[in-house]
Amino acid sequence: MSEASVIVADHLSRRFGALWAVRDVSLEVKRGEIFGVLGPNGAGKSTTIRMLCGILDPSGGKGTVVGYDVASQSERIKQNIGYMTQRFSLYEDLTVGENLRFYASIYGVPSRERKARIQEVLSSTGLDERRNQLAGTLSGGWKQRVALASSTIHRPPLLFLDEPTAGVDPVSRRQFWDQIHRISAEGTTVLVTTHYMDEAERCHRLAFIFRGELLATGTPMQIVEQRRLQVLELEAEPSLEAAARLRQLSGVEEVNHFGHVMRVALRDISNAEQLVRSTLSEAGIAVQRCDNVRPNVEDAFVSMVREDEALRSQAQSKAAA
Amino acid sequence: MTRLLAVAWKELVQLRRDRMTFGMMVGIPVMQLLLFGFAINNDVRHMPTLVYDQDQSAETRDFVQRLVVTGFYDVVGQVHDYDEIARAMREGKAHVAVVLPPRFGETLRSGKGAHAQLVVDGSDPQTVASATNTAVSLALTRSVELSMQSLSMRGQPLRPQPLSIEPTTWYNPELKTAIYVVPGLVGVILTMTMIMFTAMAVVRERERGTLEQLIVSPVGRVELVVGKILPYIGIGYIQMTLILLVGRLIFHVPLQGSLPLLYALASAFIAANLALGLFFSTVAQTQQQAMQMSFFWLLPNILLSGFMFPYEGMPPFAQGLATILPLTHFLRIVRGITLKGATFTEVQGEFVQLLIILGVLLVLTATRFSKKLG
Repeated sequence: MSEASVIVADHLSRRFGALWAVRDVSLEVKRGEIFGVLGPNGAGKSTTIRMLCGILDPSGGKGTVVGYDVASQSERIKQNIGYMTQRFSLYEDLTVGENLRFYASIYGVPSRERKARIQEVLSSTGLDERRNQLAGTLSGGWKQRVALASSTIHRPPLLFLDEPTAGVDPVSRRQFWDQIHRISAEGTTVLVTTHYMDEAERCHRLAFIFRGELLATGTPMQIVEQRRLQVLELEAEPSLEAAARLRQLSGVEEVNHFGHVMRVALRDISNAEQLVRSTLSEAGIAVQRCDNVRPNVEDAFVSMVREDEALRSQAQSKAAA
Repeated sequence: MTRLLAVAWKELVQLRRDRMTFGMMVGIPVMQLLLFGFAINNDVRHMPTLVYDQDQSAETRDFVQRLVVTGFYDVVGQVHDYDEIARAMREGKAHVAVVLPPRFGETLRSGKGAHAQLVVDGSDPQTVASATNTAVSLALTRSVELSMQSLSMRGQPLRPQPLSIEPTTWYNPELKTAIYVVPGLVGVILTMTMIMFTAMAVVRERERGTLEQLIVSPVGRVELVVGKILPYIGIGYIQMTLILLVGRLIFHVPLQGSLPLLYALASAFIAANLALGLFFSTVAQTQQQAMQMSFFWLLPNILLSGFMFPYEGMPPFAQGLATILPLTHFLRIVRGITLKGATFTEVQGEFVQLLIILGVLLVLTATRFSKKLG
């Protein structure tokens, strides 16, 4: 393990009965990174995090977190991490201040520093005025802030965030991500799971998990480039017929409607724009606009999921035959 | 230690906010104490009684009068046949009937044996025992008296009664139910609240997701468990004090033995119940299940421990079950100390058994209560 790696997972696997929730996940997270783990619900993100935190034993593989083994040294890991789950789980019948005080004691913030540290966290997260409010009476966005403040009260070198922004409004989500970047700038490594693609683009590096398996890792840009996608924004009339024609073309992965505009994703095609224009004009469909746009992380992931599913169904039909 | 205290402090703050639970902790003991103390009375008196007097002589009136004087029978009416008795019993208006046959007085005066009949409603066994025992012993005493009278009239010298028994009841001479029940109630209420509140306190954290948050924290398993139950130990002692105090003030329950000894020995009992509560919390998924399990546990405790029915009267199988209940042993300790002034050596046998049960429960709970998920 290199000095700079805070998390090293080596073929980490976890089985629940006959079902493999996580299978052969290998990844490395470097110090100071914001590392995003992406994937749809049930892909195995939470299971992976739980194994890395040491609260769930792996069925196979190895893992090292902040230099300690996940299976045998979980108690050492727990002293060096912060953990915040998708379900806001602080005490609703305690006030904001009491929650912070409780977690400060639990995480061993020395009693001399406790007061000052709580005050510092309250001010930096804008929670000062609400310190005497019961946590249960806060709105969703504020709850997330308290949860984040609590899980970082002991300045952990590593912070796990398991879908921290699920069900939070867009404005609060942005503010929350500003906080994550602030914490990261202070030197904390962050591992965050999400299924919001816009959040994925805010991470330094990403891992994409689907059906318990790791499909790709890299920076958002690398992940997009690896797919060799071309994306066109298209306005054509009649749009439904245009979409139907394009879907029949080989190389077209997806056609999606966004209001009047269609988004067409193609793969391994040399001149996509020309192909689309000629196909549609042959069919007598008028093209008002056809522009090349930059593919995003979402395009890349949808493409990967489709490929994965196609391979699976191929394998299945082979097995059946 | 800091972590342990932090958990205990948090638990106390939560408890203070939860008015309902807090009220129940004080309300349950007081309510049960008053209910059991005032309402439950095994000593059946003033049974509504019918008189079917077919003789209407001085002797029959005298006999009925003697029955009334015992305080066990309240004559609620005169009847003229058995049908009327049956009807009154079905309606619940009478539980006992005294039937005095024709020529009862005449037979008695002639010195022959006269028979009276006592009809008792057997649907309540406790009534039967009280009603028959009292009447039979009254008849016996009266017979002896009459024999003596006739002997003395014939001029024979009076000899003392050949055999007599003088019953003396120790520790509860007036046979007051409250005195018997209140010390036992300490055990019953501790069983109920200690198990229910600890089980629910842990399950609540699991339900709300805070348990997972604690599991990923550096707080140790022992710190978590001890910190969580520490406040409840305090509450157990407060409840115990409350019951003993109210029992003393309202029901004049004595304290013959040492109070510090009682408090010291109670610690093992409280700990056993808390361990059981924690064990339940590892099985129950919701607070409702935790509560149901606590009540399920309470029922055999009340029936088998000797709280309501004497241990000696139970079949061997039930006695075996009773021996594994912590309450059975604690009841003997608490009654021994409060009513009989027992010392440590006199109750140490029960205490040792209590410790064995506690040990088994602790091992059981520690193996189930894991700090890992799934």
